[in-house]
Amino acid sequence: MKLNLKIWRQKNKHSKGKFEIYQVDANEHMSFLEMLDVLNEQLVAEKKEPVAFEHDCREGICGTCGMVINGRPHGLLQGTTTCQLHMRFFKDGDTIVIEPYKAKAFPVVKDLVVDRSSLDKIIQAGGFVSINTGQAQDANNIPIEKEISSKAFDAAACIGCGACVAACPNGAAMLFTSAKISHLGLLPQGAVETDRRVMRMVIQMDKEGFGSCSNIGACEVECPKEIKLTNIARMNRYYYKSAFASDN
Amino acid sequence: MELKGNVPQGDLKEKWIEYRSKMNLVAPNNKRNIEIIVVGTGLAGASAASTLAELGYQVKAFTYHDSPRRAHSIAAQGGINAAKNYANDGDSIWRLFYDTIKGGDYRSREANVYRLAEVSNNIIDQATAQGVPFARDYGGLLDNRSFGGVQVSRTFYARGQTGQQLLLGAYSSLSRQVAKGQVQMFTRQEMLDLVLVDGKARGIITRDLLTGELKRHAAHAVVLATGGYGNTYFLSTNAMFSNATAAWRAAKRGAFFANPCYVQIHPTCIPQSGDYQSKLTLMSESLRNDGRVWVPRHKEDAQAIREGNKTPQDIAEADRYYYLEERYPAFGNLVPRDVASRAAKVACDQGLGVNQTGKAVYLDFESAIYRYGKSKAHMEGYENPDKATIIKFGEEVVSEKYGNLFEMYEKITGDNPYKTPMKIYPAVHYTMGGLWVDYNLQSNIPGLFVAGEANFSDHGANRLGASALMQGLADGYFVLPYTIGTFLAGEIRTPKFETSLPEFARTERETKERIEKLMNIGGNQTVDSFHKRLGKVMWENVGVARNAGGLEKAIKEIKEIRKDFYEDLYIPGSADGINPELEKATKVADFLELGELMAYDALNRNESCGGHFREEYQTEEGEALRDDKNFAYVAAWEWDDGGNHIMHKEPLKFEFVELKTRSYK
Repeated sequence: MKLNLKIWRQKNKHSKGKFEIYQVDANEHMSFLEMLDVLNEQLVAEKKEPVAFEHDCREGICGTCGMVINGRPHGLLQGTTTCQLHMRFFKDGDTIVIEPYKAKAFPVVKDLVVDRSSLDKIIQAGGFVSINTGQAQDANNIPIEKEISSKAFDAAACIGCGACVAACPNGAAMLFTSAKISHLGLLPQGAVETDRRVMRMVIQMDKEGFGSCSNIGACEVECPKEIKLTNIARMNRYYYKSAFASDN
Repeated sequence: MELKGNVPQGDLKEKWIEYRSKMNLVAPNNKRNIEIIVVGTGLAGASAASTLAELGYQVKAFTYHDSPRRAHSIAAQGGINAAKNYANDGDSIWRLFYDTIKGGDYRSREANVYRLAEVSNNIIDQATAQGVPFARDYGGLLDNRSFGGVQVSRTFYARGQTGQQLLLGAYSSLSRQVAKGQVQMFTRQEMLDLVLVDGKARGIITRDLLTGELKRHAAHAVVLATGGYGNTYFLSTNAMFSNATAAWRAAKRGAFFANPCYVQIHPTCIPQSGDYQSKLTLMSESLRNDGRVWVPRHKEDAQAIREGNKTPQDIAEADRYYYLEERYPAFGNLVPRDVASRAAKVACDQGLGVNQTGKAVYLDFESAIYRYGKSKAHMEGYENPDKATIIKFGEEVVSEKYGNLFEMYEKITGDNPYKTPMKIYPAVHYTMGGLWVDYNLQSNIPGLFVAGEANFSDHGANRLGASALMQGLADGYFVLPYTIGTFLAGEIRTPKFETSLPEFARTERETKERIEKLMNIGGNQTVDSFHKRLGKVMWENVGVARNAGGLEKAIKEIKEIRKDFYEDLYIPGSADGINPELEKATKVADFLELGELMAYDALNRNESCGGHFREEYQTEEGEALRDDKNFAYVAAWEWDDGGNHIMHKEPLKFEFVELKTRSYK
């Protein structure tokens, strides 16, 4: 299949970027990133600079890849990362527009590469259980209801790719933050410090320049791991409880 | 020179406890003044960095990713072993130890493996306390499943994302220490060299992947937790950037590289579909709990399938060759990985392979769906359920167990594995070899410690499923934080190192020259084209089956590729900034040397053991023929810049287990 690619090229975070048009010959068994590999091999062979994009595991779990394909983070396919998107979902002659994530808290570093270190800072603010390595009690001492554990897992499946932020017109990281808060808050091991955690993480989220939530729901639609909007509702409940019910 | 593993004396069961109780410690007030560099933030690196920081050391942690959460440990699917015996099926620390040492074909150190089994239970407790959402049953307790090479259920899992959940647990502990300022986190920094001061490891040189700047970092000790070298083969289940550079650079500074020929080729991966392919995707071994491996019994059927004239459903039950069940009745589809991979290759070499390339076998869930469906229908009160009802229920159960794996398979191949069998083929997955370390996880360079897949220590010639996560976390949480004290206790009077020392300047200069050399070749071929050539030679000659002729040919060809590489490589752009082609080139330059060493090691080892199968050494039935008399040793290689390689032997002494022929029949 012959494709036209309209790709955002930007030298570094200080320079102005622009779209460039490329032609590439792909086949339907390739993954989207393999199609970009073909383009880059072609560019290098012509002694031109290849398109910078981030990727690593190429099996949908490391969260490194992420770009906006035809206006949608990770492309058109529900519940799928860019590396797992395959070319059989495109047609011969298609023009594909490829851009970096656009969000205030994710400055563009080069071409399709953005800086997502703000997400790590949110986790550092409280996305953990405060225990040291050592003699933890036997794992079976605290039974956890299968349903609850499963819900915690659904939230813990977040890969930290940032698609939710890129999808949100406000550039909010509510889905990302609430997923971690829900994962730990639902489990007895993590529930102990929910009040402190939710306050600290929400404050950090604001500090990093993420926007606020206006219940649009684009984040849920674009999340490659299908993390649910209900996590945001849960985070808000925890937040209000922490803000109003504490005796600080 | 004979190498010493520094294994403590005493009864196997007491060694670690005794040793730990009597080893030298570093007092808390001294820990505050001691700096440790940890390279890599996968399971071993993140767990070591956070635990060392909790103990009070000043830690500098490095990753080339944009975030420490992205290391390839995250992609581990199936599970993690522990000797909890929650399943009440007769498991114990001894049994986990025994299975692991036998699974490794008696090519690992007894004491290390026993210690691994001993701390396995602590890992499950620690991870659960961190909030890792392991699978649970309706009673709220942890669930287990079986993996290859064992007859108990001791594998803890978190759906098909166990590595992800364990890594996020370690990452959260690491994040907590970063927030406290105990760990200084360096992201997008790739280690390109090791700095020695007076023969001890005291620092590293990194390249900032955003600016291209070379940076010097100093510490009292260096821990490498940088993973394996599976990407030497170009195609593997490793992540695109998984590489051997940190380990190989240490080797070029004098660290010994042990057993490089021990490579694990995983039997259940999605087969290659074209030359453009960038990586191979693993389908978890856990699938072999319920999937049955088969090929058509007759070549004509296999050919008809390859040509698209028949489907797997057209092959009658009697015409299906369930080769693992037939050849290995005791373990069936759950034989260890090396055995399953060889059997798949044998079947395909006989012309029974089932995709266009002839290099694929089936992994079929039909009978599992039927079995589970009947059971669930019974539970739901159906007396005589029809076939459609059984299949519906069966698919529900199978989806609960393997849903995400089935989805991933369908995304990649476009086939629905509930309806038609998966097609799978072996692929390079894990490397048991690595930097040589003693019982303390210290290499032959004082102050250089190595953890996780990067070291060679615990898996012998073959790693059992669900043991990599166990070893990475055992090293990082429960072994290295203690054993590093044996070195650091002697360093409490050593002041912090300054990066202005001439050793740092010299190493930085050498790194710069290496980069300039690559940038200035100005040839015509891309890095990937060389990497693909190397990969092909490795796969064909240092792969599932090896022989002396092939290995000699491989050595010759790798030398030629290396020569071409330094004459005709082309890297666009400059070294001052993001340059993915340069990043690949530094890695491939190292693979081109390590690959050659792997072939030398395979050529030296005139026996078959675990993942190392030499065609000259097999039984009449085609099983591996080990030579304990002559090869019960660790081959630790020294490599200099001229490509000269010298072997040092560490004899393996077995005091507590009897060496037996590994049989899964």
